[in-house]
Amino acid sequence: MIEFHLDQRSGVATYLQIGQQVREALRLGVLDVGDQLPTVREVVADLAVNPNTVAKAYRELEREGLVVAQPGRGTFIASTLAAPSLEHHETLRRDLELWLEAAERAGLDEESIRALVSSTLREVLVRRVA
Amino acid sequence: MSAPLEAQALGKRFRRGWAMRDCSLTLPEGAIVGLAGPNGAGKSTLLELAVGLLEPSEGEIRVLGHDPRAEPSVVARIGYVAQGAPLYRSFTVGETVEFARSTNPGWDTAVARGVLDQLSEKRRVSSLSAGDRARLALALALGKRPELLLLDEPFGRLDPLAAREFLQMLMHGVAETKATVVIASHVIADIERVADHIVLVSDGRVRLDGDVEELLASHRLLTGARRPLGQIAGVAEIVRQRHSGRQMTLLARLDGPVVDPSWSVDEIGLEELLLAYMAPERLPEPQAREKGRLRWHA
Repeated sequence: MIEFHLDQRSGVATYLQIGQQVREALRLGVLDVGDQLPTVREVVADLAVNPNTVAKAYRELEREGLVVAQPGRGTFIASTLAAPSLEHHETLRRDLELWLEAAERAGLDEESIRALVSSTLREVLVRRVA
Repeated sequence: MSAPLEAQALGKRFRRGWAMRDCSLTLPEGAIVGLAGPNGAGKSTLLELAVGLLEPSEGEIRVLGHDPRAEPSVVARIGYVAQGAPLYRSFTVGETVEFARSTNPGWDTAVARGVLDQLSEKRRVSSLSAGDRARLALALALGKRPELLLLDEPFGRLDPLAAREFLQMLMHGVAETKATVVIASHVIADIERVADHIVLVSDGRVRLDGDVEELLASHRLLTGARRPLGQIAGVAEIVRQRHSGRQMTLLARLDGPVVDPSWSVDEIGLEELLLAYMAPERLPEPQAREKGRLRWHA
């Protein structure tokens, strides 16, 4: 069972954070088809958040086809995001480690590495949209 | 279905002056409403008008479709915890709960017990910590299975841990009863976590009334070089402007995207937004003040 956490300083709306955490767990294979999400009441009692917010997050996940709500029983994972990408994680991670070592040899510290990665990612995404 | 709480040109005058004036609002059903504003702004007055403890001097207020003074029976469907959670100090927890049960026909023992949790029935109210007293007051209010729950400064004397626990109990009870909730608090951080609707009052006036997500989506901070202000595409209203040196910062309500690249556009948090609306500076009128989705009652 997944346990949600909340970063109130992130400025990201609570229902979005819950959705992100479910999708991330799906991508990492932590959640799989048939797994149950905590009930709205459980999340509410745990995080002290508005029940409407949790219900909204679950509704959005249902609209995306990732979960199904079974009245009286709970909300269950209906499909996974992991299957096609997970098998490549191993190789990609090894390539990334090699790249990180190269970056370190070139004298980049952690902050410069993060800045380079996020700015490159942003540029690539923007190019793709354009 | 009538709105849980509805006010029309509502006003209340005490000997010292108007505590609430010109208040018109309609709360959405099932919402968790943060009633924000500084001390003495009129928050308690509004709640006391809602439960019929006070009589309006002008205008009207309806709760669950009824005038609480003309039809006091509606009050049985409202849970109300006054500031400081007043309780009989000489009663035990058990006696307090028994008293509430015998005076409320729709009493739900399971809900009340769920809130009380481990709190011993034999404890005397006078011996309870602030957190346990708040827990007991909440149990009494939720045990009525209210359709509308009004809480006046519930975090007042609670330390951060007790405040978080209180919020957890409250949200659990709300999930159970589906009540519409109004939480009055002068500390915005306390209500930010749960409120999906905000009513901001200050000086007895409603300054802002709207859905939290819509409010956050429709306001932005614009930063740029100081300049004479003309019309900015995408800006419906400038709520506040500040300058320091050559820089200028505007808090703006938008009606479209701001595409002018000479402004850097940032999102704004709820607290900063409410503070800006609490102390709006009078502006010359380069941008027309128009009535939009958000009601501005300055």
